[in-house]
Amino acid sequence: MSKDEHFQKRRKDWEDTTVKKTTDRFPERKTEFATSSWIPADRIDIPESGDFDNYSDKLGFPGEYPYTRGVQPTMYRGRFWTMRQYAGFGTAEESNERYKFLLEQGQTGLSIAFDLPTQIGYDSDDPIAEGEVGKVGVAIDTIEDMEILFDGIPLDKVSTSMTINAPAAVLLAMYVAVAEKQGVSRDKLTGTIQNDILKEYMARGTYIFPPKPSLRLITNIFEYCSAEVPKWNTISISGYHIREAGSTAVQEIAFTLANGIEYVKAALKVGMDIDSFADRLSFFFNAHNDLLEEVAKFRAARRIWAKVMKEKFNAQKPTSMMLRFHTQTGGSTLTAQQPDNNIVRVAIQTLAAVLGGTQSLHTNSRDEALGLPTEDSVRIALRTQQIVAHESGVTNSIDPLAGSYTIEKLTDTIEAQAWHYLNKIEDIGGMVRAIENGYVQKEIQDAAYRYQQEVESGERVVVGVNKFTIKENPPSDILKVDPKLRDLQINKLSEIKKLRNNENVTQKLNELRLAAQDPDINLMPTIVAAVKEYATLGEICNILREVFGEYQESIVL
Amino acid sequence: MMKKIRILIAKPGLDGHDRGAKYVARALKDAGYEVIYTGIRQTPDAIVKTAIQEDVDFIGLSLLSGAHNELFPKVVELLKSKNADDIIVFGGGVIPESDIPGLKENGIRAVFTPGTPIKDIIAYIESAK
Amino acid sequence: MQNLARQVLKQDIRAIARSISLIENETDITQKEALIDTLHPHCGNAIVWGITGPPGAGKSCLLDRFIEHLRQDNKTVAVIAVDPSSPFSGGALLGDRLRMQKHATDDGVFIRSMASRGHLGGVAGATADAIKIFDAAGFDYVIIETIGVGQTEIEVMELSDIVLLVLVPGLGDEIQALKAGVMEIGDIFIINKKDLDGADRLKSEVEYVLSLKDSIESDSKHPICMTSATQNDGIGNALSQINSYFAGLRDDGRLAQKRKERIEKELKHIATTKIMASANRFLNIDQRLNGWVEEVFQKKVSPYKLLNKKIGDFLQEINWQ
Ligand SMILES: Nc1nc2c(ncn2[C@@H]2O[C@H](COP(=O)(O)OP(=O)(O)OP(=O)(O)O)[C@@H](O)[C@H]2O)c(=O)[nH]1
Ligand SMILES: [Mg+2]
Repeated sequence: MSKDEHFQKRRKDWEDTTVKKTTDRFPERKTEFATSSWIPADRIDIPESGDFDNYSDKLGFPGEYPYTRGVQPTMYRGRFWTMRQYAGFGTAEESNERYKFLLEQGQTGLSIAFDLPTQIGYDSDDPIAEGEVGKVGVAIDTIEDMEILFDGIPLDKVSTSMTINAPAAVLLAMYVAVAEKQGVSRDKLTGTIQNDILKEYMARGTYIFPPKPSLRLITNIFEYCSAEVPKWNTISISGYHIREAGSTAVQEIAFTLANGIEYVKAALKVGMDIDSFADRLSFFFNAHNDLLEEVAKFRAARRIWAKVMKEKFNAQKPTSMMLRFHTQTGGSTLTAQQPDNNIVRVAIQTLAAVLGGTQSLHTNSRDEALGLPTEDSVRIALRTQQIVAHESGVTNSIDPLAGSYTIEKLTDTIEAQAWHYLNKIEDIGGMVRAIENGYVQKEIQDAAYRYQQEVESGERVVVGVNKFTIKENPPSDILKVDPKLRDLQINKLSEIKKLRNNENVTQKLNELRLAAQDPDINLMPTIVAAVKEYATLGEICNILREVFGEYQESIVL
Repeated sequence: MMKKIRILIAKPGLDGHDRGAKYVARALKDAGYEVIYTGIRQTPDAIVKTAIQEDVDFIGLSLLSGAHNELFPKVVELLKSKNADDIIVFGGGVIPESDIPGLKENGIRAVFTPGTPIKDIIAYIESAK
Repeated sequence: MQNLARQVLKQDIRAIARSISLIENETDITQKEALIDTLHPHCGNAIVWGITGPPGAGKSCLLDRFIEHLRQDNKTVAVIAVDPSSPFSGGALLGDRLRMQKHATDDGVFIRSMASRGHLGGVAGATADAIKIFDAAGFDYVIIETIGVGQTEIEVMELSDIVLLVLVPGLGDEIQALKAGVMEIGDIFIINKKDLDGADRLKSEVEYVLSLKDSIESDSKHPICMTSATQNDGIGNALSQINSYFAGLRDDGRLAQKRKERIEKELKHIATTKIMASANRFLNIDQRLNGWVEEVFQKKVSPYKLLNKKIGDFLQEINWQ
């Protein structure tokens, strides 16, 4: 066999094994794929000749190690990514309506935004919640709010993603308890909790407890779900917010993967087997405007993670090595000036995510730099995804940019620079330490500062902001949250506190305190028991605060 | 020696998006001001007490969660109650244009929305000091 | 003005803050001097600590914990946290406070960030007088956090009753620092970040160097404490060591001695600055100096002869006996 025949032979192997295994169970959307002018589109395109070993090492085939070209063998020929719009505001009732609207519009998964008091473990009646209740998401105080939130939405039919971190265990417990009330068994539940505390310390800021007990809560969830809620994605290791904080594309994936490594280490430390949880780890990245860099970034991230899992952690199952990720278009790229321009930015970012092989996508609405998105804007954002999926043709062949000199060089460069960071963090003694001494925050901050200076000096053009500006009238139809909402929520809460069995609540909370004091106990069952008695989120978190203490910000200016 | 302008950059409310606040703090330092940064999750009370102890000339509030209508005026109110309303308060963040008149009425002297060049903020400080 | 001093004595927060600015800005020297003179009789009650050590050693985090403990004992605390001014812009980003911000709403705690404004020595030019203001205002403790630059923060010794030198493992240059004499500054040695590897080794190194030092100055033993500020570990122990060390100083008269030395330095400092200032004024009047240069250059006169006479003139001119 000549050297070049290798390529065709391996391609045939791949078609006959990897692809066939998948298509047998999940046939592709069409039997034939073609461009808009009927030129046939192959599943993948590969080099006709050249260095086969190098190709194999670096790119391989979709659904095969090192997964550079995608984690599934058929990718979007099988099915499109999940179109998942992050939404939630005001009361549980209002958010419930928005979810139903989105599901009617053809959205395929729910993504819940919680308000900040919920994310930081405070009830709506806590003085610190002033002004914040229902603002950036829905307010959840007790399981009652959660029931209303999913009223009329069968939890075995939707997959739900919840952006919740420090109190993730409590919200997951409420979800599980609501499912039980709906008569849905735990093994039918699909969805994701973000549950990624490390990036909260370095970028997003909704932490409560110090790293050690926080990591314990995370591994408690890993263990609980692996036994009870097997289809649940227990963590969404997020680079999104790192990028929003101003990091580079390289830092985004490097720090995210470093966080991933830390979680894996924590789980191994409590005795879990790598292959028992690794395939439940999912990732969450940002898509920015620099199309080729972004595509390369996603490809590099997959390749690094596969290597880490295989070589560093000795994972055996292929699914343990696959980096599956959700993408959201870059909130910080949106401009308040000429907001309709944002539609175009989001379209480019959508392409980046899709060409980069994302598993699900949230597209931002054009008016998010102004306030909460209106229904019209949310619809356009969803339509953007639908246009890319159905009209652009980029979904016909898998990883269609592979083999471009530019893309491959960028992928290699980003990978090399990311490894540099991973090694550096390893030298520091792991991510927790690198966060505690402010190293990561400083790296991100410096990149953010440099970027902003370039914008200020005009060296970097932001259309409509520092060039091509116009005089604009202030936008008119901006959605606002009713400032009286907090009172409503407080009334509801005090009603519940009157009606519930307070003795039981106290007892469950005491049990929780005892359990928390013993690091070897899994807290999930105790928390589930407490939420069922209508213990509030704030009550539960306060018990944990008492036992665990609170984290203090460690940025370095 | 000349009087130095001192500025407190503070983040009231619960959001952790401190990119803007940290950028402004650093840029104001580079412009020659003495800048104190509080960190995130500050109550209006903590902000005002800090401003008074640090004897600042300006307080810059940064907020992205949408709680500005509640929290910004609260800071001004507390300053007044402590006879410290000579300290000038300005704000920034995701603030709808339509909220700006109300904030100004409540004593927020200037509001800078995303995309405002730092030189505009500096020009404001120089004109108001 | 007397009014401002009165307010300070009444612990008016705003007045204290403004007084410090008055000192920092030096906009009105006469007012500043009058303020300090009025407060002077009320000074001397506060215990003054200096806390110093390399950048990032955890000085601010430790202070945050110490404040917590001191507040539990109902002690009031004032902190002066010094950070460097940028030599380029003159601006400063004052970041120590960030670590202590949870005390912001506690009326028994006053934290003041201070930019060095070009002053060398790890503190600011205004630090010494700011201590007096807090002292006169009745704070039980006044704590100065220096700039963490490494070896030049000697000045803090002259300002405080006790210097806490914070060291951390993993900087790689511990031994260097020890040799370079930074150790001379400290009364109490705090090895922070004891949760990190190498803390114990650092402790034995410090013990060794101190054993040499203590055998020379036999008057006291320097305590070494191990802490972890972030994990709130060892703080209470460190505090009681500091307190008993202080009690020792006070009881055997070394504290008074120290404070007298401080006053001596201060007086010398004020005297030299004032004399220098008026001498400079004298030398520059009518470009005198330029004229003398010319005379000396042309060998019309020799330098000593000229100046001995001129200084005589100067003293007469300013009416100095
Ligand atoms: N692991 C560990 N980290 C600590 C400890 N104490 C402080 N740190 C970390 O060290 C970093 C610096 O702490 P600071 O208190 O700001 O140090 P500093 O000496 O005041 O620093 P400068 O004022 O900048 O010179 C922070 O990121 C802290 O989280 C500790 O005991 N253990
Ligand atoms: Mg410090």
